[in-house]
Amino acid sequence: MNFSELFKLSSLLCKFSPDGKYLASCVQYRLVVRDANTLQILQLYTCLDQIQHLEWSADSLFILCALYKRGLVQVWSLEQPEWHCKIDEGSAGLVASCWSPDGRHILNTTEFHLRITVWSLCTKSVSYIKYPKACQQGITFTRDGRYLALAERRDCRDYVSIFVCSDWQLLRHFDTDTQDLAGIEWAPNGCVLAVWDSCLEYKVLLYSLDGRLLSAFCAYEWSLGIKSVAWSPSSQFLAIGSYDGKVRILNHVTWKMITEFGHPATVNNPKIVVYKEAEKSPPLGHLACPPPRVAAGPLTSSESKYEIASMPVSLQTLKPAADRANPRIGIGALAFSPDNYFLATRNDSVPNAVWIWDIRKLRPLAVLEQLCTVRAFQWGPQQPRLAICTGGSKVYLWSPAGCVSVQVPGEGDFQVLSLCWHPSGDSLALLSKDHFCLCFLEMEESMRMAFGQRGDCT
Amino acid sequence: MRFSFSPGFFGGATGPMQAAVVHRLATGGANGKRLGLANLGSRGGGREGLGGARPGAGKAGAGGGGGAVGPGSACSRACAGPRGCASRSRTPSGVSPPQPGAVKEQLETSRREMIGLQERDRQLQCKNRNLHQLLKNEKDEVQKLQNIIASRATQYNHDMKRKEREYNKLKERLHQLVMNKKDKKIAMEVLNYVGRADGKRGSWRTGKTEARNEDEMYKILLNDYEYRQKQILMENAELKKVLQQMKKEMISLLSPQKQKPRERADDSTGTVISDIEEDAGELSRESIWDLSCETVREQLTNSIRKQWRILKSHVEKLDNQVSKVHLEGFNDEDVISRQDHEQETEKLELEIQQCKEMIKTQQQLLQQQLATACDDDTTSLLRDCYLLEEKERLKEEWSLFKEQKKNFEKERRSFTEAAIRLGLERKAFEEERASWLKQQFLNMTTFDHQNSENVKLFSAFSGSSDRDTPTLHSRSRQKKPHGVPSGSPVCMSKLTKSLPASPSTSDFCQTRSCASEHSSINVLNITTEETKPNQVGRECTNQKWSMSSRPGSQEGCYSGCSLAYTNSHVEKDDLP
Repeated sequence: MNFSELFKLSSLLCKFSPDGKYLASCVQYRLVVRDANTLQILQLYTCLDQIQHLEWSADSLFILCALYKRGLVQVWSLEQPEWHCKIDEGSAGLVASCWSPDGRHILNTTEFHLRITVWSLCTKSVSYIKYPKACQQGITFTRDGRYLALAERRDCRDYVSIFVCSDWQLLRHFDTDTQDLAGIEWAPNGCVLAVWDSCLEYKVLLYSLDGRLLSAFCAYEWSLGIKSVAWSPSSQFLAIGSYDGKVRILNHVTWKMITEFGHPATVNNPKIVVYKEAEKSPPLGHLACPPPRVAAGPLTSSESKYEIASMPVSLQTLKPAADRANPRIGIGALAFSPDNYFLATRNDSVPNAVWIWDIRKLRPLAVLEQLCTVRAFQWGPQQPRLAICTGGSKVYLWSPAGCVSVQVPGEGDFQVLSLCWHPSGDSLALLSKDHFCLCFLEMEESMRMAFGQRGDCT
Repeated sequence: MRFSFSPGFFGGATGPMQAAVVHRLATGGANGKRLGLANLGSRGGGREGLGGARPGAGKAGAGGGGGAVGPGSACSRACAGPRGCASRSRTPSGVSPPQPGAVKEQLETSRREMIGLQERDRQLQCKNRNLHQLLKNEKDEVQKLQNIIASRATQYNHDMKRKEREYNKLKERLHQLVMNKKDKKIAMEVLNYVGRADGKRGSWRTGKTEARNEDEMYKILLNDYEYRQKQILMENAELKKVLQQMKKEMISLLSPQKQKPRERADDSTGTVISDIEEDAGELSRESIWDLSCETVREQLTNSIRKQWRILKSHVEKLDNQVSKVHLEGFNDEDVISRQDHEQETEKLELEIQQCKEMIKTQQQLLQQQLATACDDDTTSLLRDCYLLEEKERLKEEWSLFKEQKKNFEKERRSFTEAAIRLGLERKAFEEERASWLKQQFLNMTTFDHQNSENVKLFSAFSGSSDRDTPTLHSRSRQKKPHGVPSGSPVCMSKLTKSLPASPSTSDFCQTRSCASEHSSINVLNITTEETKPNQVGRECTNQKWSMSSRPGSQEGCYSGCSLAYTNSHVEKDDLP
């Protein structure tokens, strides 16, 4: 495993182009485009103010930089560095900006969700979509880029509008049977739209592309409901994480629940492998005075390794404050591996652990208990490899063969707050507050061996 | 409701008991009249019986009136019934003497008990009522809370809606303000418009495009459904294949047992099997299975179900048989087990003992051999080992012979006694004869001629008898040793018992020596495994061994036997 040198970064804005050739990163008001392999700077663009959002167009030809404070969007072309485009939303303000899948339209959401403006880079035409709903996930495009589903709110009722992206024509418009719609998400095959209600009510509705209600699912009533939703890449399963600390999986034939994954604080299933991150004992010279650790801060650059814990294992749990809104309980994050075989979840009341489930056998496979709170995890796009970061100076990788903890080299503290995979799955960008570096995973034979070993590798 | 029924049931149960008591009382009275004395007792018994029955009846009434009664009280009532019955049955048998005082006491105690139980019953009822009340209260509370939550939710939703309307109004207003001002700022500056990603030019939005979009959407949906249908079809085909295979296997599995079920079971199995055969004929045309039509499916599932049922019943039958066999087996063993078990354990213990000895000797042998790896020593060692074994065996024989000796002595004693008795008898007889002769002589002095003849006759008789007795003795003595091996039953049985493996001592000797030879060979095999080429030497030692063992065994025989017996024994031994 090789690491690049550290590069400057701000606002955790660093993204690989969809074709994997380039890497765009932001430093204050500057946009830097590098070659993803050599990391040589290819282009340097200067925006009018601090960049707050960065997005590649689907064809990797344009980069969108949103400057929300100014209500501005600046677009740059990679092919024609002199080409420029600036979109000003004026007094209406700007809270969100994104590309349409064709890479020739930009959808800007104004402040207070007054409307969504669709700007075209090809023509002078501007379209408006009124009444967008301010919610967790109100805009979703199908994977093939044909359709846009948009959550709307009119007269205290929730609606979903489906637009054809090629000409922004409204295809379907229907009201959903939700109290307060919280999110929508297309199935990867683009034929089913999952709609879920706010956390006050556990309700998932499944609509066909033509607006028919296919099914509704409600696991329980009264207590807090859905926290996260994810489709499997095959569109076969819909995983729903909820505040009761369980993941429920629906199937695509009957839309009924297949199974329920609980996340108990004590693991005593002998079939589950619990990888426990453990600090490596410091070298003998340092034994006399153990390194002082900052309370609640990340670990200093002491080495760590995974140990296989013996059953039963009790995971560190967080006692949720009952008198506060948005309690830290429930399944806050879940993601399917690209091959559909695995599901990674995090229970927010057990913030140090990542659960990995075997979807083929519908049973838990492994639990990774870290020393610090899990900040983010992401599956590798090609292989079932899960990268995890905990805000420390290490990156953790899990694969079915085992897991490793990798220290990011370099002087000082490099706190990995976020990470993103290269589309090929061969490298990984590790992002800290003001730096980033690349981690190359092309594995030599020795590394492969180490990866093959279970647990006891660093 | 449920509880109020149960006391009635118990009341019903006690009813017949009471009737029985009355009947008994009548018979007891009859008995008393007949016997006179037992009258008081029987009446006492009758009274007691009534007393015993009354609590049951009384409680049944109380329970019936009490409404909800806990199961605990019902149980106590059930206990009261049999107790009364037991005390009643004692009196008619006439075992306990009639004591009115004691009976009265008993009556008192039972009454007290009854009152106590009633009190407990009442308390339990009270508790139950209280708990019911509590439960009801809790339920009410839950209902109330639920109502509160629901009302709050509706209120909240209502308020939310109101606020949202206001917010919408504001939004609308803001929208108008922001958008209608002809905001110069809202604009896009672009160097030059870029071409579309697909290279086409944008088209005007018309009804045509709308229709085209619809078409496309349905096309996508159709494709998806087709894809899914294909998948499902594939899955179905796979499952059908599995079913078919299963069916075939079932047919092949069930066909050998075709006769049995046909004999026993009803015609349904027969028809099923014929169905199976028909189906099997049809199965050859695989195309049938590609038609996913209703009838084929039904046929398949039905036949599979039927076969499954047959299989299930068959397996169950087998299970039953197995369990039956198990049960029977256990029963049989239970009958015999005591003896068999003991015998078996005795046998096994003996075997263990023997094996232990064998092991011990082998161990010793081994150790000694290891200690002195000399070849010459082995023979002596082997002899030593053999002697140890021999000693054990001789001990056994010694005891045997001792017993035999005892028997002989007993016999000899009886013989001598008999001889003494005979001598005495002869003495008496001679005295008698002397007196008789004397008398004869005195009476018949006239018949001189005759007398002389008589004297001759008698003297001849006495002389022959005198000569006869020793010969008899000697013969019997000669006979005795022959009789023992041929079969004095005591001796034989002892022999067979102590040495079950060998019918006679000589055989035993041989087997022992054989065994020891065997063991020695074994030992040698083990120890000389590494020096295997020296086979001749080993044979040599074996021969030596057998040579040396023979005299030892004979010696043992000599020491244990009386002379005559051992002679014959040795002869016998030398025969093979």
